[in-house]
Amino acid sequence: MHEFDWSSIAGAIPLLAKGMRVTLEITFAAIVFGIAWGTLLAVARLGGNRLLGGFAAGYVNLFRSVPLVMVVLWFYLIVPQALKALFGEGLGDIRLTSALVAFALFEAAYYSEIIRAGIQSVPKGQVDAGLALGLTHGQTMRLIVLPQAFRNMMPLLLTQAIILFQDTSLVYVIGLSDFFGTAYKVGDRDGRLVELLLFAGAVYFVICFSVSQAVKRLQARYPQ
Amino acid sequence: MIEIRGISKWYGQFQVLADCTTSVEKGEVIVVCGPSGSGKSTLIKCVNALEPFQRGEILVDGTSVGDPRTNLPRLRSRVGMVFQHFELFPHLSIAQNLTIGQVKVLGRSREEAMDKGLRLLDRVGLKAQVHKFPSQLSGGQQQRVAIARALAMDPICMLFDEPTSALDPEMINEVLDVMVELAREGMTMMCVTHEMGFARKVANRVIFMDEGRIVEDARTEEFFGTPRSERAQQFLAKILHH
Repeated sequence: MHEFDWSSIAGAIPLLAKGMRVTLEITFAAIVFGIAWGTLLAVARLGGNRLLGGFAAGYVNLFRSVPLVMVVLWFYLIVPQALKALFGEGLGDIRLTSALVAFALFEAAYYSEIIRAGIQSVPKGQVDAGLALGLTHGQTMRLIVLPQAFRNMMPLLLTQAIILFQDTSLVYVIGLSDFFGTAYKVGDRDGRLVELLLFAGAVYFVICFSVSQAVKRLQARYPQ
Repeated sequence: MIEIRGISKWYGQFQVLADCTTSVEKGEVIVVCGPSGSGKSTLIKCVNALEPFQRGEILVDGTSVGDPRTNLPRLRSRVGMVFQHFELFPHLSIAQNLTIGQVKVLGRSREEAMDKGLRLLDRVGLKAQVHKFPSQLSGGQQQRVAIARALAMDPICMLFDEPTSALDPEMINEVLDVMVELAREGMTMMCVTHEMGFARKVANRVIFMDEGRIVEDARTEEFFGTPRSERAQQFLAKILHH
């Protein structure tokens, strides 16, 4: 029978907090960039231009068809080479940068599908009304369609953010110390792996469960 | 003001408009009626290029709608349009609905646009609703706001696409009253509607469409007196019966 000993957690709090910062940094960067890039991809797919639409469709299908952990590894292997070619040697640790880029580009594919569905949920009559006033296609999209689309898809965007928050733990494959990675390292160092991983799991659960409850309440307030 | 010359339109193999020709003079009020699927809504949407057409030509105040060089946003900003389902912007307040076009398209200042919006809102009897959102208004009120929104752009003519057919019966008159007043002030209007009372009261001409064709295009008294085509007679018998 395993004797639980939680004493090493208290001392590791500063380290764990630092790990959580990395986790949140990757999460928020991927949300912000993913939604921005994802919106452009969605608009490209719905717009009339076949070249742009084809590129966006190919991009989305590519990233949705490969495991995230592989994308993280690819970028760890590719981004350093690219940066070295551009800026020369002496860049320091670029693991965080490569993880940020990988997550942002990967999440954009998922966000673009959510946003595409959101845009399509706005009735065509709204577009007609915008155009009839003399707004351009771009203005109609920006001022009329997207604000309504984002309101409709808020729950889905937040749910995707929860998944993303959990998926950031995959950066352990490139040795980056996010929250999960830090917990693992501390547990390994102190011989208290079980306790640390249980603790980390509890933290993930509390955060994700709270956010998903908030999403539910949000959904109840704005019925679709 | 509006010249429609030989307009034809196809959805794939299916022809929705067949060689439609008519015109609306300045200050004229035209009612377009016909059974559902006859192409009347499609025709009116061709006038401000919300629907493309494959053959023919439409001129609005001398500008060709189908010409690829035409600045469509500019043309549309001069043609007011009112829709069957109102199409107010639900995420914007009534005030913002009334000003967005004026500010973004005409480049008016916010104050100027608000001033104009309030005057028109007062005119349709809804000044008290200025800070509400569309979903807080009844259908009839929403449609009156939609008319005010279109008028705020100082249009040279107005298009109405079945403005009362999505309304509960008790709200139809409040919208028609606004339209009658507008007609009497001399606004050029093209209205797709089944409201024959409205047609009798203010229309100069009535156009009857069936299967994508303009079957009848007659002065109002003539149309209600002795419609020449059998289809128009049948149609009138059906909708005037109740």
